[in-house]
Amino acid sequence: MDWVLGHLDDIGSYTVQHAWLAGVPLVLGLLIAVPLGWLSRQYNWLYTPLVVGTGLLYTIPSLALFILMPLLLGTTILDPLNVVVAMTIYTLALLVRTVADALRSVPDSVTASATAMGLRPLRRLFTVELPLAVPVISAGMRVAAVSNVSIVSVAALIGVPQLGSLFTDGFQRDFLDPIVSGLVACVVLALLFDLVIVAATRLLTPWLRTGAPTGRAA
Amino acid sequence: MNAVLTWLTDGAHWQGYDGILQRTWEHVWYSAIALAIAAALAIPLGLWVGHTGRARFLAVNLTGALRAVPSLGLLFASIMVLGSRLDGELATLVPTELVLVVLAVPPILAGAYAGVEQVDAAARDAARGMGMRGSEVLFKVELPCALPLISSGLRSAALQVVATATLAAAVGLGGLGRFLLDGLAVRDYAQMAGGAILVAALALLIDLVASTLQRVVVSPGLTGKTDRRDNALRRLKTTAAS
Repeated sequence: MDWVLGHLDDIGSYTVQHAWLAGVPLVLGLLIAVPLGWLSRQYNWLYTPLVVGTGLLYTIPSLALFILMPLLLGTTILDPLNVVVAMTIYTLALLVRTVADALRSVPDSVTASATAMGLRPLRRLFTVELPLAVPVISAGMRVAAVSNVSIVSVAALIGVPQLGSLFTDGFQRDFLDPIVSGLVACVVLALLFDLVIVAATRLLTPWLRTGAPTGRAA
Repeated sequence: MNAVLTWLTDGAHWQGYDGILQRTWEHVWYSAIALAIAAALAIPLGLWVGHTGRARFLAVNLTGALRAVPSLGLLFASIMVLGSRLDGELATLVPTELVLVVLAVPPILAGAYAGVEQVDAAARDAARGMGMRGSEVLFKVELPCALPLISSGLRSAALQVVATATLAAAVGLGGLGRFLLDGLAVRDYAQMAGGAILVAALALLIDLVASTLQRVVVSPGLTGKTDRRDNALRRLKTTAAS
């Protein structure tokens, strides 16, 4: 406990770095997954190559992907950009399938009514289909958030500073306190991400909170 | 990129106690032990949770919480706590396996209980109606019907374990992670990238084998393949009759 109090500054800045390295890819991944998911719904033949192809990316071990990034991006090995791009790839691997399946689960009658009301495909996507897909997409985001927070810590092995650095520091100095504080900070950060996503989902889907009585009547 | 290819195709890198073949074998070995232990723990537990509906809340939240624990930190912590009490290679092997088991349990457990839970209630009722006892319902109806989800849980556990077994090298064990970390230490980029390609290829290969196994093990009645076979059979019978 003394160690934690003496190193609040370090833990704080590591946590901010960690949140940044795990959070930015989460948003970027979602922004790329939505158009890809939409394409795979519009053009059926794209579904399998897109969903399976991006899913395969998840099989690449994180340490391997971090190390391969400079080869693809032309960056140096210590560049945090490697981690951001690698984490975006992992987020994408989880979310493309989620978004595609979420859009597909929107009932045909709803899409047809929207079309009949004169909504063009893009307007229909943003005002009808995406809002209805939010609960499913949010479930996928929660999985991706927890997995991102955990995977980012591996980047400490290639020297990119974040909470994982507490693990490598502690291990090198044979000192348990930094490792345990890092573990706790990671779990707390994952919980925070989860809370933010759950709160955002509640804000975006007000009808789910008031919809209970109609559900019972049906 | 050429340097990476040269490294991968150099025969000398494949042989010996620190060659690619030996490292791949170690990697598969670490992963297999962890998966076997995790499956032995999580499948019976998951079946029990799914069958009885007991401790479901605990199972859901435990698997969620375990997923949030970063493996690297857990590995270092368990080496420091357990490692000092063990001798020789066991001092690093046991903590590493522990971390891989912790990683593999949540997806297997989730697959097992979700698999049993999603079994058609009508099938379960029919089995009871035929006079099956609880254990018979579980093993003759629920388990076969749950196989697709159990197997997909095992597959995602296998992927994560193979990926994370790379970290064994960070505590001085072997496995394919050696190439990544040894290359990193001496800035030998070809070795690092070569090792990275090897781990990714191994993970893909294992997933391919697992998906083939899944197709063999899962009853055709669950995958809709019977339709095609039944149709073919019917066609054969009608041609024979005419």
